[in-house]
Amino acid sequence: MHAVANPEHDATTLGLDHRKLLMWTFLGSECLFFGSLITTYLVYKGRSLVGPYPADVFDIPYTSVSAFVLLMSSLTMVLALAAIQRGNQRGMRVWLLATALLGAIFLGGQMYEFTVFVGEGVTLQHNLFGTTFFTLTGFHGAHVTVGVFMLLTLVGASFAGKLKPEQSLNVELVGLYWHFVDVVWIVIFTVVYLVEAPNIIG
Amino acid sequence: MAATTGALGGFLARPMGYTGVWGWVTTVDAKRIGVLYLVTSLTFFLWGGVQALTIRTQLAQSGLTVVSPGLYNQLFTMHALTMIFLAIMPMSSAFFNFVIPLQIGARDVAFPRLNALSYWIYLFGGLLLSAGYLTGGAADTGWFAYAPITEKTFSPNKGMDFYVLGLLVLGISSMAAAFNFIVTILNMRAPGMTLMRMPVFCWMTLVTSFLLVTAFPVITVALIQLLFDRYLGAGFFISSRGGDPLLWQHLFWVFGHPEVYILILPAMGVVSEILPTFSRKPLFGYSVVVFSGIVIGFMGWSVWSHHMFTVGLGAVANAVFTVSTMLIAVPTGVKVFNWMATMWGGNISLKTPMLFAIGFIALFVIGGLSGVSHAVSPSDFQQQDTYYIVAHLHYVLFGGSIFGLFAGIYYWFPKMRGRLLGEGLGKVHFWLMFTGMNMTFGPQHWLGLDGMPRRIYTYPSNMGWDFWNLVSTLGAFMIGVSLLVFLYNVWRSFSHGEHAGADPWDARTLEWTMPSPPPLYNFARIPTVHGRDPFWDQKYATDRSGRTHRLPAGAQEHDGHVEDVQNIHIPDPSYFPIFVALGLALAALGIAFHLAISVVGVAIFLIAIYGWAFEPTVEPRAHH
Repeated sequence: MHAVANPEHDATTLGLDHRKLLMWTFLGSECLFFGSLITTYLVYKGRSLVGPYPADVFDIPYTSVSAFVLLMSSLTMVLALAAIQRGNQRGMRVWLLATALLGAIFLGGQMYEFTVFVGEGVTLQHNLFGTTFFTLTGFHGAHVTVGVFMLLTLVGASFAGKLKPEQSLNVELVGLYWHFVDVVWIVIFTVVYLVEAPNIIG
Repeated sequence: MAATTGALGGFLARPMGYTGVWGWVTTVDAKRIGVLYLVTSLTFFLWGGVQALTIRTQLAQSGLTVVSPGLYNQLFTMHALTMIFLAIMPMSSAFFNFVIPLQIGARDVAFPRLNALSYWIYLFGGLLLSAGYLTGGAADTGWFAYAPITEKTFSPNKGMDFYVLGLLVLGISSMAAAFNFIVTILNMRAPGMTLMRMPVFCWMTLVTSFLLVTAFPVITVALIQLLFDRYLGAGFFISSRGGDPLLWQHLFWVFGHPEVYILILPAMGVVSEILPTFSRKPLFGYSVVVFSGIVIGFMGWSVWSHHMFTVGLGAVANAVFTVSTMLIAVPTGVKVFNWMATMWGGNISLKTPMLFAIGFIALFVIGGLSGVSHAVSPSDFQQQDTYYIVAHLHYVLFGGSIFGLFAGIYYWFPKMRGRLLGEGLGKVHFWLMFTGMNMTFGPQHWLGLDGMPRRIYTYPSNMGWDFWNLVSTLGAFMIGVSLLVFLYNVWRSFSHGEHAGADPWDARTLEWTMPSPPPLYNFARIPTVHGRDPFWDQKYATDRSGRTHRLPAGAQEHDGHVEDVQNIHIPDPSYFPIFVALGLALAALGIAFHLAISVVGVAIFLIAIYGWAFEPTVEPRAHH
């Protein structure tokens, strides 16, 4: 079961670790998942029979701040990976916790936003805007939640001594997932929120 | 958290044994999982067949009332769902699991536990999907379940819930398996096995896997939307609230048409293995066959609206989808011609696998041609929702997929069991099934063109449909008899069949280099591959005049490094896959019954996932 040094006997591969290839394929699959949700939102855009409509409830500056928070969490995620790759456990824990915290702040912001919308009468049942908006952003929020749990699991594993520098791939994989969730939010923020901005500001 | 998992590790120490029922429950060996898939999918296949025979009995003559109209609707819906999701797809998975690692020269798949998880989710999901029968009626909307009849107002029974939940759960199984095989095929090939040296079956598995991971997310979203409509009061498909039932059709068929290729490509792969073996010639136009498969995979995404010609999408959409659908017949036709050219001039041996493979070509061509006839949208207006469509889809799915997969069963059973299936009984099975299949579905072409609607409960005697319906029903029972012959053949050959040896067919690919059944570790030595058909090249050489002669056994080249068999690392069995699957299934079941069940399910799921993540990857004894 030892690796054989002779390259002639190594398996024919893409040269990418199994688990990394799995994660990339999974993220490709997720593109179709969010693609379908976003498509549904766009197909139903402007087809709500009753208000409130998006322009009535969106608060672009507020959501911009929470989008910024989520984007910054990608930076801390990169720093966490860089730390473990240099063997710096403490640095990795700090940056992982920072990433999880920023993710949690984003989620808190989303919950607050949902509460405000419901208070203004937009619910999953009320009109098509509510139906498609809550489904799309809700599934994104669920993905962020799973990400936060994975980040905290990494921190726990690190404290238990089960995350050694040579296992930094674990951090990298969670990082790939985390960056993907961020990128999806950029798309959602643009397609759902920013295209309404002229109606709100102008 | 770490303390929890530590305690859990003690609780569920990694099982060691490889014997008895627990050995099967905790197995992560791809070969065993393949056998589990095969047995389960054959069971569901027979169950789907029983439903089909009930349908055909009801239709045998005009005005019969063998079953109630309500039950009839459930039967044709569940027949389709059973055959598509619980029989054909997992039967393909059985061969992915058993054959792919052997063909690419690997000891296992990339993620053995994920593989076990796929199987258990499939089993539980299959039970969930069928559970409707026990709770006051299964889904009865047809397998594509067009909105809005699926809404709570029109389908208040639990059958529809089990449709949604069962398909959601089964989707996870299919995607998990597909991720696994993509990584396995791309990353674990033996030294020297470049992509263009892979057996065609591996290629078709790869294309199918990519289709699975891209198509299933789309139906997942559609099912979630329907679930939200039914449980949370959303209005995705309710037109009175601005929703558009047509959205379901688009989402369903964007998934549904790639799904058709998910069903047929593995069978095409099987046939591409069998034809060269029994013609004793290399596959004609290997690269063209491979690229046709890839092109089908891509183009499968561009034809979905041909299921919706009569919806009223407009002339432009209908024209575009007419053209794209006719185009996809081109790579398919290319494959058919390559298969025929493979047989041309070959030294053909008509063993049972070869008969099924040839039957596949013949029947698939008929199904393909009728398919092109409703690719033409004006002609489709005549055929939509008639028995012509039923005839077409059974020629491609039964004549195509099922014949291809049965060819695979006869071909690889000796490798799985170490004994050959009886050749005489196999031929009886083939001819009964081939005749029965044509008797059942052939007449449905003209019944359909004569206007007999699909899914109709019964018909008046003055329509003139009695005779051909009776023929069709008799044919269906002939298929039933052929399957009894098959089951008897398996039962008899299981312990009394002729010993197969390593290479009963004088075959070409790597799985035939090892004993039958293969040892747990597959290859004692990982082979080095120098070309396509690596095993053939070990056995035969071609001299300057083009004559093939067998190399003496001693002259056969043995390369690859030898390892001490004792030291080959085999992934240990694991309890966690079945628990993760159980948690998922309970979580889904609770949605239909009581949320408390879901809470228990989610708890089991989370504990098992953490146990999985922190399960030692190497068995403790290796540390000594």
